[in-house]
Amino acid sequence: MEINKNKYSIIVPTYNERLNIALLVYLVFKHLRDVDFEVIVVDDGSPDGTQEVVKQLQQVYGEDRILLRARPRKLGLGTAYVHGLKHASGNFVVIMDADLSHHPKYLPSFIRKQLETGASIVTGTRYVKGGGVHGWNLMRKLTSRGANVLAQTLLWPGVSDLTGSFRLYRKSVLEDVISTCVSKGYVFQMEMIVRASRKRYHIEEVPITFVDRVYGSSKLGGSEIVEYLKGLAYLLVTT
Amino acid sequence: MKHIVKLLALLVAVSAFWIGLLETVIPRSYAWLLPVYFVVSLGCYGLLMVGVGLMHFPTCPQEAVLLQQDIAEAKEFLKQRGVDVDYD
Repeated sequence: MEINKNKYSIIVPTYNERLNIALLVYLVFKHLRDVDFEVIVVDDGSPDGTQEVVKQLQQVYGEDRILLRARPRKLGLGTAYVHGLKHASGNFVVIMDADLSHHPKYLPSFIRKQLETGASIVTGTRYVKGGGVHGWNLMRKLTSRGANVLAQTLLWPGVSDLTGSFRLYRKSVLEDVISTCVSKGYVFQMEMIVRASRKRYHIEEVPITFVDRVYGSSKLGGSEIVEYLKGLAYLLVTT
Repeated sequence: MKHIVKLLALLVAVSAFWIGLLETVIPRSYAWLLPVYFVVSLGCYGLLMVGVGLMHFPTCPQEAVLLQQDIAEAKEFLKQRGVDVDYD
């Protein structure tokens, strides 16, 4: 089997994820043996001591494997990725959530899929066989499904999970796509994959399971539906 | 080409087809109602897709259990190495 000479930069934006970041890092190291990678934690000035925990993790795993690239306050997800990208030394970039809803055990399957197909982007999907969610009530499933059908009908995006944010990008592709995106929050995730699709980048999907966060508070609020519809309209017209 | 342009082009093509139908054999009253039928069908199809998707929404309760095991394992390992994992 050919040795994988790629290096993977895993960018994890955090805000008050003191416990989750430690658990996440442990699981990443557990599942990515024989892979050259680094974890870049972009913390937005968490008041709960997230950065202290990251420094402890650096003592355990090495400062060359865990990079802390903090920012003074909450500055948004999109800019967190851009910030992380600046410090990424890998030729591939993984973006994932810190709250363990994205399980690092899927990282090898992302990498394998990319090596097999030569894809520029591998995106995790919760909506196909082999994937799934846990901890969602009926209402959440309904809005998710409704949102997905609407987006598929209007945008023809070519992927089954538009709002997912567990993705592997070729670094040059991420840099190209992210420079054209202006949305905030999860509409940003949608914009990224739709723009990539429009630019005809080779996108593959792998099934992932998504267990709703165990610790900490979710950043998902109430006005999301309005934001989502506005986001869809924006994407409809500008992509 | 922007996606919206593609959609509008499709809409124009369908409308042209419909206008063409108006002029031909199909009784006027039916032809005029075609757009309504179309929109309603589209709506029903959409609802059907949502319903079917909801029924077959893949779930993974076993993953929650596995995650708890992973968390326990992680806490054990990290505690021994001086990482603060007692926060809850």
